Amino acid sequence: MAGVTLANRYSIQDVIGVGGMGSVYRARDMHFPNVTKLVAVKEMINSAPDPLVRQTIVQNFEREANLLATLNHASIPRINDYFSLDSRSYLVLDFIHGKDMEAIISDTNGFLPEEQVLGWAVELCDVLEYLHRHKPDPIIFRDMKPSNVMINSNGDVVLVDFGIAKTFQTGIKGTMIGTEGYSPPEQYRGEATPSADIYALGATIHHALTRRDPRLEPPFSFAERPLRRINTSVSPELEAVVNRALEYNPESRFPTAADMKQAILGVAKKTGALGRMKTQTTPIAPAGGIKPLWAFKCEDEVRGTPTIHQGALYIGSYDNNLYALNAADGKFQWKYPADGGIVSRPSLYDGNIYFGSEDKRLHVVSARSGKVVWTYYTEGPIRSSPRIAEGHAFIGSDDGYLHAVNLNTGRASWRFEAADAVRSTPFVMNDLVYVGCETGDYYAVDYRGELKWRFHAKRAITSSTVGSANTIYFTSVDGTLYALDPKNGWPLWRFRLGKASISTPCIIDDFVFVGAADGFIYAVDVRNSKEVWRYRTEHQVNGSPVIYKDSLYCGSVDGNLYCLEYRTGRLRWKFETQGAITGSPLVYDDIVYVGSTDHQVYALLA
Amino acid sequence: MLKKFFDWLFGRKPPPEKTQDITQTAPLTEEQIQAIVNNQNPHFDLQQLIASCGQSVGKQRELNEDSLLALTATMAGNSGNLPFGLYIVADGMGGHQFGEVASNAAIRAVAGHILKKFHPYLFQVKTDTMDESFQEIMLEAVRDAQRIIQREAPGSGTTLTAALVIGQQVTVAHVGDSRAYFVFPDGRIDPITRDHSLVKRLEELGHITPEEAVNYPHRNVLYRALGQGELLDPDIFTIAFPQPGYLMICSDGLWGVVAEQDIVRSVVDAPSLQRACQNLVSAANAAGGPDNISVVLAQLIG
Repeated sequence: MAGVTLANRYSIQDVIGVGGMGSVYRARDMHFPNVTKLVAVKEMINSAPDPLVRQTIVQNFEREANLLATLNHASIPRINDYFSLDSRSYLVLDFIHGKDMEAIISDTNGFLPEEQVLGWAVELCDVLEYLHRHKPDPIIFRDMKPSNVMINSNGDVVLVDFGIAKTFQTGIKGTMIGTEGYSPPEQYRGEATPSADIYALGATIHHALTRRDPRLEPPFSFAERPLRRINTSVSPELEAVVNRALEYNPESRFPTAADMKQAILGVAKKTGALGRMKTQTTPIAPAGGIKPLWAFKCEDEVRGTPTIHQGALYIGSYDNNLYALNAADGKFQWKYPADGGIVSRPSLYDGNIYFGSEDKRLHVVSARSGKVVWTYYTEGPIRSSPRIAEGHAFIGSDDGYLHAVNLNTGRASWRFEAADAVRSTPFVMNDLVYVGCETGDYYAVDYRGELKWRFHAKRAITSSTVGSANTIYFTSVDGTLYALDPKNGWPLWRFRLGKASISTPCIIDDFVFVGAADGFIYAVDVRNSKEVWRYRTEHQVNGSPVIYKDSLYCGSVDGNLYCLEYRTGRLRWKFETQGAITGSPLVYDDIVYVGSTDHQVYALLA
Repeated sequence: MLKKFFDWLFGRKPPPEKTQDITQTAPLTEEQIQAIVNNQNPHFDLQQLIASCGQSVGKQRELNEDSLLALTATMAGNSGNLPFGLYIVADGMGGHQFGEVASNAAIRAVAGHILKKFHPYLFQVKTDTMDESFQEIMLEAVRDAQRIIQREAPGSGTTLTAALVIGQQVTVAHVGDSRAYFVFPDGRIDPITRDHSLVKRLEELGHITPEEAVNYPHRNVLYRALGQGELLDPDIFTIAFPQPGYLMICSDGLWGVVAEQDIVRSVVDAPSLQRACQNLVSAANAAGGPDNISVVLAQLIG
């Protein structure tokens, strides 16, 4: 469209908005050749095949033009021209230099300052009051929301899009129209009154101060998320004003926009809003910090995850040892030296401990004595953890194979060739072994080592799989949490994480939890793949979260072990270690065990 | 554990404070136990998807504003033959102009989008995995429909309840107050969608009681409909197909008129799905047929 001149006068420069029925363009008015006079050209393409529909559309468009022509207010764009070409109609309006409020909200990090929103709210009350006092009939804007409010270069508000504004005739019911989420209950019944605009203004202020888009929340749910619960820097006075504007019953709201303006000015006076410094909020962390029950120091980094069995805690270290500690007091019981670092999580089966090592071997050691039972050689370092099932230990290796090792003979029953190193831990369910590899290929292999189906992610799958009867979950370095059908590998849903992930998901109830390299711990609804909450840590989250009772425990490379309420993501406490936490914590009998690259293994009260 | 599993299986969110309350566990019916057993021993045997549908303009309307689609097929793939089903009910909003235009456009757009995506898997030999998930395909289909309705019949609106069945997975996209149910042979009936209606929302908020809701004057006002609003947020979720059981999708011309227990009886007692659909339509008409009636029933056997 750029370069096109409409009606021999408006030279289109750019598209500034796209709507359901056409675009809005920035254009230059060529009747002023010596100055650059910019205008906004709103285009409506009438592509409806039905003649009756076409006629209705034209009437609506003309109504908007006629309405705007009668208005004169600093916060309402002036209409300059109106014309039709073939099946297209055009409105030519003042061009507003600025940005709409929705863009401002989403482009701002953190919350907008209260005084800024107060200033806009006062001006919006002014323009609503002007519309509502329109003669002979009041005009109801009906579509107050951040994206319809432009903030111009002076910082003043301008209402745009009068497409559904309507002169109000008492007692006449209209159809349901307006923007879901911002509209009051009575507007859904077809009643558009000045009070509906007041509610929508309350909703707009609420959105601006909380960053929560009401279109993504159930309707009329503002009372369930009061301003100050989300944004603690909002004054109680302003919260009261917004609550009143959002009252369920129209009679309980401000009777007029002018009354609401007075109330807002009252807030500004009381809080001394103008020029006040914005206070930064910090999350509440417990005072004094958490003391570990015990800590045990290895000779090098602890990157993996412990296992507990009959009062003993087993964990590998990059000092090449597998340690057995007394879980109650952290006392050393024995250590078993491998020839390489151990990140692999030990598995217990029939009195023996199974784990892999950088020394390319799967080690099998007596749980009681720490004496070697047998070892199995692969051709690459082992970062995967063994999974014991059906008389076999399934384990991946950097040699690019999934190994099925017979527990009785210590020999491979079969090896399945993957496209690259297998660092994820095999997951066994429904007579299939599920495993990902570093090319992003993902395999479901049966007990005979034959491929049942495969899936391909865009990048490495280092994360291990978790599953329930009907879904399996894993993440990839491509920054996606995948949910697949375990029977055939069809993707049910994908959830975009902020960055790559090697964290293994964890599921409980209807939630799946997972960490990512963007530092967030995510909670996602397993049914609809929507984010329930996310919690920001200060560095990558590579380990897997674990759930115990109603808490979620997860380590971060920032060195902290976090304890969150798993339903809300609210911080309960955090415990700082002196190094990165890359493994997963283990919770057993109200005690959390976690290793850190500061060489220590900690036990904390859950 | 079983209770949790069941809540998950049948999509009932357990009240959070009760999740650890073992004493709340109710005895399971034989059928529920069987369903758990079936799920724990999933088989790779051949499964067969069958479906039927029924429609009527009703006794009091002159125009049919409902639209319906039922499509059942089999995907022959490298992991065996997989049942494929697409079932959609759309109810054009009568209070708006051109309701039938909207519901028609919705069906065409949604089914068109989905079938385009699955075309290579249904009709060609395609072995590589799909790079979009079921839920993403459904969401795009709904967004497509939204654009088309806004272009072809601006200002109009329609409900949309669509179920895509692949194997044992049912992925549902839902806007408005048509409903999808799971119906079980032992007499249980579970709505798996939530109405986007004013009356339902007021009931959820406690402003009106369920009894008041029945006679609420604005029963058919929706707060979310296809074609309305620029930021449409459809409910999209994936759930396991009930086995044994039925998937039913219908417009309010059925669920608003015939009691749930009568619906179950019509379905369970019928000798075939075709007859069940006819019975349901007859029951709605016998109850006055105040609105257009549309129903789809599907069953996964084997």
